[in-house]
Amino acid sequence: MSRARDAFYALTEHGARSLTGKQVLLANYAGEESDFVRLNRAKVRQAMTIRQGNLTLSLVEGGRRDSTTLSLSGELDVDRAQVTASVRSMQDGLAALPEDPFLLYSTEPSRSDRVDPGTLPSPDVALSTVLGGGEGTDLVGIYASGPIQRGFASSLGHRHFHEVSSFQLDWSLYQSTDKAVSNSYATSRFDVAELRARMAAARAQLEHLARPAKTVEPGNYRTYLSPAALSELVLLFNWGGVSAKAQRTKTSALQRLADGEARFSPRFTLRERTAEGLAPAFDEVGFEKPPSVDLVALGRHAGALVSPRTAREYGIVANAGAEETLASADVEPGALPESDVLAALDTGIYVSNLWYLNFSDRANGRVTGMTRFATFWVEHGRIVAPLNVMRFDDSLYRLLGSELRDFTRERSVIQSTSTYGQRSVETLTLPGALIDSVSFTL
Amino acid sequence: MPPLFTELASRFRTLAPAVDYAALRVVEQTSDVVSVRQDVPEPPNTTIDRGAMVTVMDGGGLGYAATSDLSDAGLSWAISRARDWARSTGANSVFGGRTPAMPALRGAYASPVTRPVPASKAERLELLLSESRAAKIDPRIVDWAASLWTTHVRQLLVTAGGAESTQEFLLTVPGLHVTAHEGSLSQTRSWGGRYNGFCQQGGLEVLSRAGFSGAGRRTAEEALELLAAPNCPTGKYDVVLMPDQMMLQIHESIGHPIELDRILGDERNYAGTSFVTLDMFGSYAYGSSLLNVTYDPTRPEEFATFAHDDDGALAEKHYLIKGGVLLRPLGGTVSGARAQMPSVATARASSWNRPPIDRMSNLNVEAGTSSLDDMIASTDDGVLLRTNVSWSIDDSRNKFQFGCEWGRRIRKGRLAEVVRNPNYRGISANFWRSLAMVGDPSTVEVMGTPFCGKGEPNQVIRVGHASPPCKFTGVDVFGAEQ
Repeated sequence: MSRARDAFYALTEHGARSLTGKQVLLANYAGEESDFVRLNRAKVRQAMTIRQGNLTLSLVEGGRRDSTTLSLSGELDVDRAQVTASVRSMQDGLAALPEDPFLLYSTEPSRSDRVDPGTLPSPDVALSTVLGGGEGTDLVGIYASGPIQRGFASSLGHRHFHEVSSFQLDWSLYQSTDKAVSNSYATSRFDVAELRARMAAARAQLEHLARPAKTVEPGNYRTYLSPAALSELVLLFNWGGVSAKAQRTKTSALQRLADGEARFSPRFTLRERTAEGLAPAFDEVGFEKPPSVDLVALGRHAGALVSPRTAREYGIVANAGAEETLASADVEPGALPESDVLAALDTGIYVSNLWYLNFSDRANGRVTGMTRFATFWVEHGRIVAPLNVMRFDDSLYRLLGSELRDFTRERSVIQSTSTYGQRSVETLTLPGALIDSVSFTL
Repeated sequence: MPPLFTELASRFRTLAPAVDYAALRVVEQTSDVVSVRQDVPEPPNTTIDRGAMVTVMDGGGLGYAATSDLSDAGLSWAISRARDWARSTGANSVFGGRTPAMPALRGAYASPVTRPVPASKAERLELLLSESRAAKIDPRIVDWAASLWTTHVRQLLVTAGGAESTQEFLLTVPGLHVTAHEGSLSQTRSWGGRYNGFCQQGGLEVLSRAGFSGAGRRTAEEALELLAAPNCPTGKYDVVLMPDQMMLQIHESIGHPIELDRILGDERNYAGTSFVTLDMFGSYAYGSSLLNVTYDPTRPEEFATFAHDDDGALAEKHYLIKGGVLLRPLGGTVSGARAQMPSVATARASSWNRPPIDRMSNLNVEAGTSSLDDMIASTDDGVLLRTNVSWSIDDSRNKFQFGCEWGRRIRKGRLAEVVRNPNYRGISANFWRSLAMVGDPSTVEVMGTPFCGKGEPNQVIRVGHASPPCKFTGVDVFGAEQ
């Protein structure tokens, strides 16, 4: 049972009753009830519960489309009145809008339903476990807990609903100034013992950061990027990189790859793997997403994420949502055992986290960014000292191409901690990366 | 005051619990976005977002709860939940058992609007199409787009103790960009930056002030100019940063480092910490003696002008840096109480579903005495930089690297050729000390961004930055790979 689903479908049916002629109503829902507890120095800074549900109604008729997003109150009568007013307002203005030649939506009704209520802690249990695990440390971070819902329905009969519940603690344990161990624990099956064990393990890692920090001169260094660090590089692909529209308009950060002028290492294979992620398997206009889309195969361009709108514009097949960004990124593993990472790195830089990446030369796939939290100088396979933050500036075609030595055999599943407007359901599944040479500049 | 707000204020006072502090903040926001790409209108959207957040402070604990259910049942749920959080966290809060003294303001604010934006989406699209159609001036123009985003916000802040105020904002955010492509080279030029730097309060006058008329063709011409331009050279140069790059420089390397919640450590897990420490205020030389930076809510058209912040503190202009010396942090009432520092009215929330945190609001560089011609004439070998396109800075807000869309060489006191892909890097703590000239009042532009991200849970908020062009000496500049 999901109250949110029932209300969403009831409101869609209610809106559909106001339609006339050949009008079509498309409806998207995004909701959550979230506890957020924000911590600093192992004390509570802000604690809150947020209940929200947003309904986006799109009215389509004769190639014209308009849409309105509403905050739902949860009171059915109040929300019915909002829906009626919105549909009527769009009906009044639709004829004045120009026709949209790239409008594409699913006209074949389909259904899906995934509701996982999970096992989440009460606020008291969550708070006491987190505060207990951080006692005596300089812990800073946030936990979020509760259900997240996404839905699509239409007057044509589509009915899709997706509800996942999760507890997610994203935290850093600080040793001093900017030296910290950063961690994340995300689960739909909360386990007090597991969280305590993870927090204790993070505390044990602090000892590496207690040594005097080292500063290295700018230059090229052999470098290991943890899965969390590599995820920052892969997320840059979302800035127009894997978008079909960006590639067609010559603005993609991976344009040289798409045009066959450059390639990555044959070890690098990237997919959008909806079947394995937490994100819904339907898009904003009712199409079901394919289970997997190849984007980079053995270092070569293999495809792009195509929204329905781009599909109509360029006469290609849709395979992604409107934003044409990765929601369930999957990087193939390599052959390097995680236990051998330090030995394989030998002498160089071990990077746990990267931060604030951006393009310094988008057309050539050149990126810059900073190391953050726990970064170490390693000599002869042993951690020697924490490293002060360094800026790198290098080409993706070197980092994931000519200089890529190997990926680790093991992979991590990283759940997005983004909560802009709403909690994210995006994930990345990826290994760590050993790179022969990374250019550090400042 | 809208009837809904009057009624909500009354109902909240009836329902409010007996605690140290209780407040209700209601936000009702209607946003309209229209856009065109390659002269084809994209689907428009209207968002009507309405909800309320209850704040309860009691016994040193602080709790919030937010809902779009504005009935008595919804408000009662939020009050109860916020009170439960305050009670359950009081013994373990950063406030050490003490409830901060909160403001008790009564007042009202409304954005100045002289020429309302047409309500009709069709009329708005026609406005965009007039510039979009003018952009396709050459076969090498491969993509072009224009957008207009308007937001009407009404806010109520009411406390159980009797404070009550309303604010109403009309925000206009235009955007336009053009991409030119030839061979394997693409160059995108935007009008005001890809992140809508010409955002202001007001109506159609916002577009007029920013020069929207003619922007389509002008931007296309500059994209073609970049396509033919050489790469920016690499080396140490004097640079003149124009206001549409200064806003980013101010934002990243002054604004964020002096946010008090960062200095107190709240943001260390996400947005980052700061190289600034509490003991620096009052004595630290942040920049050269020409550097004067203000928190300024008094410019009516600037994006984050308001009468009070979301904790109810009165908004007044303050110098944060004067004569180069760091004086005061960007911290609201709660952070000020924790740090025992003077605060400014800048505790703000992105909407009804997020609590107030320390933000930048309007953070401006005050005008100096130099004309732009003076700055160019005094530069023997330099680069003039316009329009941010790339930004990256470490989590202490010190080591930065920024890129611009458009550069122009300065040789022997004269403007020379256009260069593409200009980047520069530096360290905040040193960079502002190389400030050599500051533009006079006639050179100031009022810009901003709708997209300042920070906080856990994450919040994106509107900020304003007014600045003249400024000249810096001995900066590390470099260009693209090819």
